[in-house]
Amino acid sequence: MPDQLLYAIEAGLNGLMAGVLYALVALGFVLIFKASGIFNYAQGVLALFAALTLVGFQNGQIPFAHLINAIFGTDLHTFGWQLPAIVAIVLAAGVMVILSIIIERYVLKHLVNQAPIILFMATIGLAYFLEGLGDIMWGADIKKLDVGLPQGINETIDTVTYNAFGYGFFIDNLDIVASVVAALLVISLTIFSQYSKQGRALRAVADDHQAALSVGISLRFIWVLVWSIAGFVALVAGIMWGSKSGVQFSLSLIALKALPVLMLGGFTSIPGAIVGGLIIGMGEKLFEFFVGPMIGGATENWFAYVLALLFLVFRPQGLFGEKIIERV
Amino acid sequence: MNQMNPEGYVTADGRKIGPVLMEMKNISLRFGGVKAITDISFDIREGEIRAIIGPNGAGKSSMLNVISGFYVPQDGEVWFRGYKRGPMKPYQVARLGIARTFQNIALFDGMSVLDNIMTGRLTLMKSGLFSQAMWWGKAEKEETEHREKVEKIIDFLEIQPIRKTPVGRLPYGLKKRVELARALAAEPKLLLLDEPMAGMNVEEKEDMCRFILDVNDEFGTTIALIEHDMGVVMDLSDRVVVMDYGKKIGDGTPDEVRSNPDVINAYLGVSHD
Repeated sequence: MPDQLLYAIEAGLNGLMAGVLYALVALGFVLIFKASGIFNYAQGVLALFAALTLVGFQNGQIPFAHLINAIFGTDLHTFGWQLPAIVAIVLAAGVMVILSIIIERYVLKHLVNQAPIILFMATIGLAYFLEGLGDIMWGADIKKLDVGLPQGINETIDTVTYNAFGYGFFIDNLDIVASVVAALLVISLTIFSQYSKQGRALRAVADDHQAALSVGISLRFIWVLVWSIAGFVALVAGIMWGSKSGVQFSLSLIALKALPVLMLGGFTSIPGAIVGGLIIGMGEKLFEFFVGPMIGGATENWFAYVLALLFLVFRPQGLFGEKIIERV
Repeated sequence: MNQMNPEGYVTADGRKIGPVLMEMKNISLRFGGVKAITDISFDIREGEIRAIIGPNGAGKSSMLNVISGFYVPQDGEVWFRGYKRGPMKPYQVARLGIARTFQNIALFDGMSVLDNIMTGRLTLMKSGLFSQAMWWGKAEKEETEHREKVEKIIDFLEIQPIRKTPVGRLPYGLKKRVELARALAAEPKLLLLDEPMAGMNVEEKEDMCRFILDVNDEFGTTIALIEHDMGVVMDLSDRVVVMDYGKKIGDGTPDEVRSNPDVINAYLGVSHD
């Protein structure tokens, strides 16, 4: 096989893996959008907040240590213990559930029956609030996240491809783990929303609040449920991104890459979020590989958005989104 | 009004009507300074078809919303099955066994007809989130049982051909029927119909009339309905409450109401086509 093609395949595969991470963030958006028609701008920040909390728990950091020290003149930093990763993950998931109860109680409850744009603005506010809260609670430094996921080059793939083509592909173990986890998440979420009682209630609430109430569905319970699930998905995304590039505040910016992913996949489709993520991930790597050198590179910054723009023009509901039915 | 036997009565066509199922006592509802309902009392008996009529803006829909918990009255008591009902959220009322349809149709447009009707059974499903995850088989069996009940209702209302159609694509008359099916799926003790015939053509109206009578006959469901079409109301219902400007001006059998001078003055006397 020609070298050029091999390099392209490797770039494409790595793109797929990066796409999985985009898809994980997009998944959280889709969940909340499906259940409440809210475009949750705070989803990326939720991932950041979850990852910060996880690292904080794991290292036994004292929350609000800087604030406490500043007020009382103390010199507190850590409790002095290291929690096992699994315990810290469970605790962080618990925090995300509590957070969604608080969000429902103090934000969403007061905005029932408001226009989507108002709820959208509320989530923008929420995003900045959570970013600040994360900062005060756990500090603004870049943190290393290690929950024991395998990292580095996958030797098996390297060896096999080297023997087959005379060129070893570089695939990161972490990316493989992320793909498997994402696949499991999508399968379980799809089953949940299609076949479970709460899943049906969730779709009902997404469709019509009044009708949902009339068949005995508690809106508040469904909202807490869906924000908790979105919080959990954010935690998973946070773990994957954090393990890859450290927990830092730029993590909340990956939410922006989830936007083109959603436009491609459709705002209401769970499988769409995944496929959209993969297409964007692979597309931008391949585009950079083939077209990048001709026009001076750095295409990864804008490729996804141009692709999304094309989709908005020709297929606004995305690849898998519900067709917009309008009876006149 | 005529004094009634607490055990119930027998209608002209020989149907046995049971004791009081729901009683509204001195209900008053205001929106700011506007009085929507003023001091209204009436009861609904088991197995009865009870109509609430009145000119536009008489407060009929408000009354239905009070019964179904969408509005909470400032004064008065709501008694259901022998217990006084505290202020409740609509979803709690639904769980008590009071199902309803809406004047301007509230269906889940993105879902199929079948899924829409299945949502009516949500309150009857026992398996919770965790048991569903742990005991998949049991939850599946429950789902099948509910499915069978729903299929019966679908047969009953003659909507088999559109079972899988997304509700958003259906014409108006069929949507109304699907909404009725969803309310029936909850096996309600009391079924509230908000203008079930509004906007229908003659044929659709006749169908809907037949279904309402059949539902009452077959399942013994108690039905309270609001309707504009006087002819329909008089044919359908056992007893009628007449409202005007938020007050009750008549209550009794269709014949009694028809001959009530207040009602004639307020409603039948003037043309209200």
